[in-house]
This record gives sequence, C-alpha cells and structure tokens, in this order.
Amino acid sequence: MEINKIVSIGNKGKGVRSDCFVSLEIIETGGIHIELVSKVKVLYGRSIVKLLEEILSFFEIKHAKVGFEDSGALPFLIAARMEAAIKLLVKTDKNFLLPMLPQNNYQTTKERNRYSRLYLPGNTSSLMINAGIHKPDGIILDLEDAVAPDKKYEASFVVRNALRNLDFYGCERMVRINQVPRGLDDLDFIVPHNVNLILIPKCEKAEEIHLVNKKIEEISARYTLYNSIWLMPIIESALGVMHAMEIATAANNVVAMAIGLEDYTADLGAKRTAEATESFFARSTIVNACRAAGIQAIDSVFSDVADMEGLKQNVLKSKALGFDGMGCIHPRQIKVVHESFTPDAVEITKAKKIVKAFMEAQEKGLGVVSLGTKMIDAPVVKRAEKTIEVAVSLGIISKNWRDEDNEKI
Amino acid sequence: MKTMKKYDKLVKNALGRIVPTEINGKEAVEYLGIGKYKPTGRKYAPPIVSCADYPADGNKTLPTLKEALIRAGLKDGMTISTHHHFRNGDLIAEQIFDIAHELGVKDLMWFPSASFECHSPLVKYLEDGTIHHIEGSMNGSLGRFTSDGKMTGLGVLRSHGGRYQAVQDGDVHIDIAVIAAPTADAFGNATGDRGPAACGLLGFALADSQYADKVVVVTDNIVPFPCIPWQIHGNNVDYVVVMDKIGIPEKIVSGTTEITKSPDRLLLAEMSAQFCDEAGIIHDGFSFQAGAGGTALSIGVYFADILRERGMKARFARGGSNKYLVNMLEEGLTEYILDGQTFDLEGVRSMRENPNHINTSPFTSYNYHGKGNFASMVDVAILGATEVDVNFNANVVTHSDGVLLHGIGGWQNCLFSKCTILPIPLFRDRIPVVIDEVTTICGPGELIDVIVTERGIAINPLRTDLIEKMKNSTLPIKTIQELKAEAEAICGVPEKIAFEDEIVAVVKWVDGTVIDSVRKIKK
Repeated sequence: MEINKIVSIGNKGKGVRSDCFVSLEIIETGGIHIELVSKVKVLYGRSIVKLLEEILSFFEIKHAKVGFEDSGALPFLIAARMEAAIKLLVKTDKNFLLPMLPQNNYQTTKERNRYSRLYLPGNTSSLMINAGIHKPDGIILDLEDAVAPDKKYEASFVVRNALRNLDFYGCERMVRINQVPRGLDDLDFIVPHNVNLILIPKCEKAEEIHLVNKKIEEISARYTLYNSIWLMPIIESALGVMHAMEIATAANNVVAMAIGLEDYTADLGAKRTAEATESFFARSTIVNACRAAGIQAIDSVFSDVADMEGLKQNVLKSKALGFDGMGCIHPRQIKVVHESFTPDAVEITKAKKIVKAFMEAQEKGLGVVSLGTKMIDAPVVKRAEKTIEVAVSLGIISKNWRDEDNEKI
Repeated sequence: MKTMKKYDKLVKNALGRIVPTEINGKEAVEYLGIGKYKPTGRKYAPPIVSCADYPADGNKTLPTLKEALIRAGLKDGMTISTHHHFRNGDLIAEQIFDIAHELGVKDLMWFPSASFECHSPLVKYLEDGTIHHIEGSMNGSLGRFTSDGKMTGLGVLRSHGGRYQAVQDGDVHIDIAVIAAPTADAFGNATGDRGPAACGLLGFALADSQYADKVVVVTDNIVPFPCIPWQIHGNNVDYVVVMDKIGIPEKIVSGTTEITKSPDRLLLAEMSAQFCDEAGIIHDGFSFQAGAGGTALSIGVYFADILRERGMKARFARGGSNKYLVNMLEEGLTEYILDGQTFDLEGVRSMRENPNHINTSPFTSYNYHGKGNFASMVDVAILGATEVDVNFNANVVTHSDGVLLHGIGGWQNCLFSKCTILPIPLFRDRIPVVIDEVTTICGPGELIDVIVTERGIAINPLRTDLIEKMKNSTLPIKTIQELKAEAEAICGVPEKIAFEDEIVAVVKWVDGTVIDSVRKIKK
C-alpha cells in the first residue's frame, strides 16, 4: 500500500457524459474523506458515497482522501474507476464485483448470425449504455485501438464491469483484446465474466490462437467455468493473409475470421481506396479460407459514418465477395448492414421457387430438379435453402411459408 | 407593492397539488380539472382613444426608446411586456430595464412571452428592485434566481395560449407593450417576415397590441407606409422607435436547425413514427405538430418518407417551421404550414413567399377561452418533457434537481391534440425520466397518450383504442410501471429532492387556473 501518493483515473471536463473522475490518496490517519461533485448529487449523492465507502472498505483502506467528479456515471462505472485507482496503490488479488445481471448469463451458438458487430471504445461508458437497443448481432467492447495507450489500464476494469452489469439485450457480447502476447493479460478481465466471443487483432499465426485458448483453459479451470468462448481472429497484415487457412483452422472455437483493412493496406504500402482493388486478393483469400474451414467470413468496417449510401454499396460488394458480416462503428450503420446482408425480396422469391421445385421433385421421386425449362443443380438448391433459412431466422418470412404461400394461391 | 405578500390561501387542487389562490395580491383559482373552470363576464378591453390625439400624417416616430417609455407614462409598479420572436438574439428587453433603472422606476412586472439566456443580465434588476417579478417563463439564470427564492414577487409560468387568455380575460393588465419588429412603417404597421432581424412572424405580440394601454413598436428597418404584410396593425400602436439594431440575426434564426445525429434520439424518432403508422394516425389528409427539437424534427422527416412512399399528403403541419417542413410544403407532402414560430431562414423565406405558409398567433392556435382553437384538431403532437410519472403527468419546467429551467411554450396547449406522444429517453446521464411522481405537474396525465422511450413504449390505459390497435405490434409495448422499474434497475432508485416549504412560482393551466407550485430549493 503506497501512502501519500495521489493517483487519478477516469474522465472529466466539457463534453464528458455518464462518466466520472476519481483522485485518490491513501493517508496514514484521519479516516475517509470523500469530496463529491456530481450533476446527480441531489438524486444519488448518498448512494454514490455509500458505494465508494464500500469499495474502500472492501480493499481494507481506512484512511484516504477521495476526490470524485461525476457526470452521471452508472454504478458499474463508478466501481470500475474506484477499483482501478485503488489498485494503482494497493497490491491485491481481490476484485470488487457487483452482482452479475442474471440476464447476462446467456451463451451464444457457433452458427448464429454475425451480420453486424458494433465497436464500443472500452473506456467510454456513455456509448456502451444504449448500445444494445440498436440491436446489432454483437457488440465489441474494445480494449485495443479504440483506447488510448495511457487509458488501457483503466479500460479493462470498465469492460469487465460492463460485461457483468450492462444489459446488451441479447447481443453477442464480444471483446477485442490487445494483440497477443499483451492481449493475454486482458483475458483475466473478461473470461470469468461470461464473454461470448473474443476478437484477436493483428493475428498472423495459429500459434496466437493456441496461446489464447491455453490461457482461457487455465482461467476456466481456476474459476470452474463451462461456457464456450468463441474466437474471431482479425487478419490485418500480409503475413496474416498468407496464413489465413492455418489461422481459420487453428481451433474448434474459431467461429469466424475478420479482415482489418486499415492496417492491412498500410502493411501492403498501398492506399486504401473506395474501389478496394488493393485489398481484393486479401478479402478473397479470407473468404476462401473461411469457407474451406466452415466458419464465417467477416469484412472490415466502413469508416464514413455520414455516408449511408456509400456504406450500402460497400456492404453489397462485401456480400458479393462472399462475406457474412461486417463491423460497424456507429449504431446507424447497423440497419444498413442488416438490410444489405440479409436476403432481399427478389432473392427470397427466387429461393422459394427453387426450394419448392426441389421438394416437389422429391415428392414425385424425380432425380432431376427443374424450374420451367431450366435444370437446377444441387448447390443452387443448397444456397436457396440457406437463403430461406436466414429469412426465417430474421422473421422476414414465416417458418410455415410454404403452407401460407399455398393458402394464398 | 413591496409589502404585499407573494402568495396566500393555500388549497389542494384537483390533482392534489398544494397551490395558492392569492398570487401577488390577486385572486386566483386552483386547477379544477380539464374544461371545468368556465369564467363568466366580458373580455378585457384597452382604453378608448381618439385619432385626434395621433398625427394625421401617420408619423408616430420618436427618436429614442427612452422617450417612448417616458411618453407612455412609465412609472413604478407597471407591467411591461416583450416577446421572444428574437429568441436568444433579443437586444430590446434589457434596454427597457436599463432605461427604467436609469429613471429610478421600481417594482415593474416583466411580462415576456418567453425568456432566454440572453436575458440573464436582468438578474441585477430583479436584485435592485427595478423588476418586482416575472410572469412568463424563467429560463437559465432567471430560473435559478427564482428557485433560490430571491425574486421579490411570485413567478407565474404560462403557456403561449395561457398568456393570450390571461391578457384577453384581464388576468394580466399590460401597461406598456414593447414590440420589436424586423420591419415597420412610421404608423406602426409591422411584420416579422423581412428585414435584417427577420424572424418570420410576430404572433406572440398580437394580444399585447390589442389589449395593452400603450404600444411601442421598435424597428431597425423602417419602410414607407404601408408596411405589408401588416402582421401588427399600426392602428393599435402609439409610438414607433427606429434603432440601429434590434436583434442578433444568427441568434434569432440559427439557420443550422438540423435533424439529430444522435443515434439514440434517431431511434426514438423512428419508433415514434412507426407507432403513428401502426396506430393508423398517418393517413391522407392528416395533420401533425412538428416540434423544433432534434427528435421531433427527425419524426417529421420520417413522416415525409412515409407520405412520399404511399403517395399521400398531410392537410397541414403545425410548426415551429424549419427547412424540413418547408421542403415538405414545397414537395407537396403537406398542403399548409400553420406556423407559430419560425426557426430558420428557410422558414422565414417560405413564410414571405408561399401563401400556404400561414403565420398564426396564440389566438388562432391555442387560446382556451375562445370559440375553439385548432390545437385540438391536430391528429398527432410530438412533444418533449423533462419528467413523466406513472400517472402520465409530465413536467417541462423544472429540472431533475428541482430548479426552474424552462418555460412552458405551447406545450400545454398542444396536449389537446388527438394523440399526444412524448418521445423521451428513459434516463439521461443517470437521471431517470420516467419516475413515480413528477416534481412539477405542467400537463395532466389524462391528456398524454403515449410515452416512447428507447427501451419501451407505454400507452395511457385511458387510450384503450390505441392499446387495441397496437396489440400485435412488433414495437416493445410495456406499461408505464414497467418502464419506471427498468429506469430504476439501471440508474438506481433516486432520492427525493428536498425543497423548502416556500413557494417561489406557480404554473398556470391553459384556462388560467393554478395547476402546480414550484418550491424553493433547499441549500
């Protein structure tokens, strides 16, 4: 325990919302002094002080000066900031955890749709609080590039508490750790708290996947955890692209592989263009490796958040290349990504016709499926079935679409 | 006036709120319920005057505002009215009280149609006794001053319609009305739709021009008679003063009114529009109230998309006009704009050029003591609120810490629409918006039909028709209690705000009765 040293954690100042800033000095005598400045003091002043006192007492700190500037932080964040400050001064293995929200105990399946995943900077709680209501398939609490290097320490506490205490309303709860090996340290903050999927950035070798899985196993054994944790490596370099197949097949829990074009084009020494010719090989390679490995291929993000038409064109191109999903950096992108990745009315109608023709042929015992004068190959039927399956899973058409269509006729 | 009690005779009104029935020495009636209070008697009237006392050549100009105020008989205890057409760019109100202070006049009542942050300098005149109290709205620093219990008299908050009613019924007698006009002639005819300080319309000054003892028009753009259109009639005007500058244009119409970029607010707008669509509110020939806030603005844009897609149009849109509404008018998606306040330069241009862009006043749109008003004919009104409670009562004037912060505007009046929807976040930076009991009731729950939050939509149980229509909706329909519980689960249960017993202001209902009291903040 370091005495008479002042440390500070968190954010304050103009434009900072739903956040807090704590400065802490452990002293020798005199008890606990908390100076609270809060925009919600009238409504929550007492409960904030109570929580701060509870955390100090949990870490057995009896004498301290605490300056607390609050812009409407929720309890999970207050606890994260306070604990991060304390651990700069106190060596301890203890963690101060608020009770896990019961609704956060869900698991996700390997095959679930991953059309959209929304990036959330790991140290910015104001963007996390409402992320789930925009209904992306997944949210990514980002510990890597969206967090400034000097904020990475405190962000890991925020991400841990967000996994436990924020409701993301059924989204797949993902975390992007830092690049391995540094990212291995991040696992302690997320694996025991029911993270559904981990993104491994700048992945270049299968070895990195093995290292992550080894650490996950260690932590799971220590905490006796049984939940599956899926992995999504992100390929962001020329070397990574060349090792795509090895990475995609590195482990059974690799469910998807993504490409990060900003770093990839930099590594290539090429300029990132709207036409994306420079990354065509890489994108195709990723899709090909993913298909060969039987996992999902996920595209990079589209960075102009104001250009919805540009985004749409980008998603359609991505879909045409064979990708299954895309990253979003703003909630408004989610709807466009979903609408463009999911089958449209024309595709669904065509798929229905093909599936119907296939079923009729089977009922009649015919070996050959034909639609009008055209013969239909088995892979075409398979693709049509997949389209229908997706349309049903998204509620675009009913499970009993065939009966309903017949009724209409 | 100084020895007069701020208020007296407390009673419990129909909503169970404790309110005074004597305010600044005048009798007042407690809120009795919607449509229950029906005063008798005749309307108020200004004194009879004669043309013999006015220049036959129509030239009523005086060199300075000071001279006009002196000629108008400015003295202790008078009521001086101004208007908020220039919003935060008003340069006139402060000058009036600078002059009053210079002349040593005391105990004035300021009767603005609304106050803005630019009026903060008036705090010094509230402190030194030049101004006794404010009846209108107390925003920003003025609200803080009032909530701290520092105002000599009791503050009175009224809606735009309530202000017209109060003047018409004689609840408020205006001694001198000062009307800042972007363009005027020497006779006093005035318009807001042109000139360097163009603001669109001057509807909030209509009552004042009709009922005040003395009317002063102040302009920085004098034109030869006739000033057309004559939104304000020179026949009601005593003096005209020409100045270099009456308002700061960029603060009057920002020209930057944009739809919100906040994804959370856009979601609220999208959900609200979808609700209206599924509830069958959007149909050919429907009408809507479009607010000026980012969320309300976006809902208008969604309405436009729906109308365009279906080849339908609205009969009229009630504004707050801005470029988005003007686009709808020009695209033929609405036949009329009935405009109460113009928010950007496109709105001003449209009002000047388009005969279907109509300038309205609180008389046509909101006055509750008239033979009807069109607020109740609007199919849907989208409004805001700082708090809503489990009885659907809503607050727009006090902040979560209990401090007076906003005026009522036309909010109370718009509640009479066929469907009133409040799109509000469930909480703002940990401050729950859906709560047990609002700090100040500005609108009774029975007039508030739907609360749209990002985490669920609550329909007022009185609206069984809407509940029935939304039975199979994919929207997250919940009860208001469920919403409140959800807010508390996320933010925690808030502590009760501590107030002093002392009342510092009252909120009037549209019929002039007292719906609630605002109490002094406890230090």
